[in-house]
Amino acid sequence: MDQYNKMVSTLDTSKKKTPDEEALYVTTLKALSEAVSKIDITYHHLLLNNIFTIRIWYLQRDTLDAFLDLITRLAAVADQYLRECLQMLVNNFTPPLVQRNELPRWAVSRKKDIFFHLCESLKTISDTVPLAPRILRDIIDRSMPKLFDNKAKMVSFVECMLGLDTDRMGDLIGATLLAKVVDLLTELDVNITWEDIIQGEHNKGIFEMELEDLNEDEDGLGQAGTKVLFGGNACAEKLDSLMVVVCEHLKSCAERGYLDKEFDILKAIFRASVLRVHRSKFCQFIMFYACSLDPKICGLEFAFFLTEIFLNKEEDPISRMSAVSYVGSYLSRARFISADTVLAILKKIVDWCDEYCVLQNRGTTANPNHQIFYGACQAVMYVLCFRLRSIMDYPNLKAQLFQLSFGFILNHRLEPLKVCLPSIVNEFLRQAKDAGLFAASMYSAAEDAIESDLSRAFGGINRLDTFFPFDPYLLKESDRYIRPNFEFWSMVKTTYSNDKDDDDDELLDLDAPEMNVGSLDDHVEIDINSDDDELEYSMNKMSITPHHSFYHGMAADGGDAGLSMPARIRPSASPPSRWAMSGSP
Amino acid sequence: TPEITDAQALLGHRRPEPKLRPPPPLAMEALREATAELTVYVHPSNAADVRLAVSRQLSTLLFSYEDRFDGVLLSHEVEFEGDNEDGQDRKVDGDGKRVIKAKILDGLVPYFGVPVTANMLLFSPQPEMILEGKVEMLGKESIHAIVLGVFSAAIMADDIPEMFKFKRRGHGGKFISQSDKRHVIKKGSMIRFSVKRVDTEMNCHITGSLMPPHTGCMRWLSVHDAEYASEISRVVKGNQGIILRASRRYKVAQLRTAKIAW
Repeated sequence: MDQYNKMVSTLDTSKKKTPDEEALYVTTLKALSEAVSKIDITYHHLLLNNIFTIRIWYLQRDTLDAFLDLITRLAAVADQYLRECLQMLVNNFTPPLVQRNELPRWAVSRKKDIFFHLCESLKTISDTVPLAPRILRDIIDRSMPKLFDNKAKMVSFVECMLGLDTDRMGDLIGATLLAKVVDLLTELDVNITWEDIIQGEHNKGIFEMELEDLNEDEDGLGQAGTKVLFGGNACAEKLDSLMVVVCEHLKSCAERGYLDKEFDILKAIFRASVLRVHRSKFCQFIMFYACSLDPKICGLEFAFFLTEIFLNKEEDPISRMSAVSYVGSYLSRARFISADTVLAILKKIVDWCDEYCVLQNRGTTANPNHQIFYGACQAVMYVLCFRLRSIMDYPNLKAQLFQLSFGFILNHRLEPLKVCLPSIVNEFLRQAKDAGLFAASMYSAAEDAIESDLSRAFGGINRLDTFFPFDPYLLKESDRYIRPNFEFWSMVKTTYSNDKDDDDDELLDLDAPEMNVGSLDDHVEIDINSDDDELEYSMNKMSITPHHSFYHGMAADGGDAGLSMPARIRPSASPPSRWAMSGSP
Repeated sequence: TPEITDAQALLGHRRPEPKLRPPPPLAMEALREATAELTVYVHPSNAADVRLAVSRQLSTLLFSYEDRFDGVLLSHEVEFEGDNEDGQDRKVDGDGKRVIKAKILDGLVPYFGVPVTANMLLFSPQPEMILEGKVEMLGKESIHAIVLGVFSAAIMADDIPEMFKFKRRGHGGKFISQSDKRHVIKKGSMIRFSVKRVDTEMNCHITGSLMPPHTGCMRWLSVHDAEYASEISRVVKGNQGIILRASRRYKVAQLRTAKIAW
């Protein structure tokens, strides 16, 4: 009995150990590994308790090895310990006693090592007990960080989780881990409101706004009893860090050659969790980044995937509208998508619109709701605002483009030109005119549309008509993954951009109007060209999304038809070649 | 969507009972087919494809030990019934055959029940049975093997004959028999062992023993254990049909698990 008590106390890690004690500790662990079957769950309760509450982050390297071996054997010897062992390992995904937002320095240096060992142990256990991943899945589900959890814990957990080699763990755990991570991302995302990004005033710039808000993040989270700082800004920080983790994971998948499989899983997850969430602002960029890692395969696949959803009659209207908005935004903003792909997809959408118009003319469908049609028209026009010039540069593509039946569709009695966002319509017509896309008579007919400036909110309560999912990315840390492949409006070559600088008063600028350029903090910006004021300035005019508080207001009130649409596009102020250097790093 | 499976099922056994019981060469001793009449409750949202819904519902039972089946479900195949005798109709997916309608009683049970006949492949290890598994991990104290690729089995030192000595050298270690140095059990070996205990509560963990005769590394046994070797050839010829059928169903089970992952 004495021996037993002595052993139990050896395993007590609450006190720091001398090297001798440490050696004894290791020996004890090794000995236990060889006697696991003799451990009884009731009699040796204290011993087991000590084992299962060990925080492996504090262990030395040798001890760690011995300890994990013990855990593995315990898990393999009988089902009754399996759950405890797995739970114990999952508890160690996060370092102990993390109160603040950042990991303590010693934890950062040990992190990779610990994660590697944890994942190895889990793999070994699942090799020896093939049904273990099922239990592991439940445990991870329950242990998953929640929305209000501390950022460091969240990031640490997700990082370790994504490191699990789900390939070897097979189908029992499969796609669920990544799905859970995306769910977390989405939840954080929808909790960031536009007001946290822009506080509704016109005289501050986006980036400046964001920096301020983020600095405001005090340690209110850790203090018991005092105010809980739940602001979207806290969510933004967490989301930012998690996006970095996910992007790194995708990058390592690509490096190891697993991207295709991971991408298939991602598509399914996207469809289930992200497609219909109209308030998601940033988490969809994981798809963007994944596509950018393999433009020829994944990039194309994503575009066609979205188009299929849009074209599929059996899908519900919200998904279809959402899909077509995604396609529009994606094709416009993804620099790695070639012009011929854009054209191929445009052709499909335009053909669909054409059929739709024909059907309407026949009067066959009694459906008064033409949301999907308007959404498609708007998406086509939006894409052409960005891409018309580049398509025109290729004669064969240009010829194909000119064969599409724009005239018929846009002149149809459904009047898409009147219903779609005026800013897009204007810009599109302007470019089309310069390109000579339509007969001259079209424009006079379209004049009325422009002047009326009426845009009925065809997108419904979710305002899917103003849903541009791949609008510029605003999270600081993870921005570096997106930026190289992202097409800002200011970089776009339009059909008229060879003309002299436009001072067209009609086209005022966009979401962040007259901001005080000089007051922008250099630190806020992106790493490249940080001393280039004009760069920031133009970049803030990237988004075609209407003024953010407006957007938020609409989403909250569910539609307030009286507001006018402030969204307008500013023509590029600098010649396009200037931005060549902001391309790939 | 939550679905309920009826607890009362009429379970019919169809178990091949040979007159003599020589030890079968494969782990088929614990495998058996069974037929059950079940009622599977399906949520109305799945009414468009009832077959898939029923299949999915049964798939949630895969690899779990079920008391009512007295074993672990490995694979299933459903057949739908026709009309019921009591006149209440059931809906079956329209595959060109008859379409039967079901009433959904609001306020009572929002699901509709589909009577099915399920052919199932079950794994029910009992003490004294001989099973085979592939060794995954070894230690001085234990041998861990995997049966049918799914079930974990552990053989403790007490149940390993004295003649086996553990050598730590080499990848993962190995057990070598003192009586015949060629009898080696190491990682990746297929071994036959007898079942001591089965823990059906969670994952059907098996505790085994290498003490009884005709147990050990299969490769060695097939060469050196004359009785065993003759058994193989005799039983294989006789049971070929059953074995093939059972192994085909097992493949189906593996495919099914792949589908339920997401």
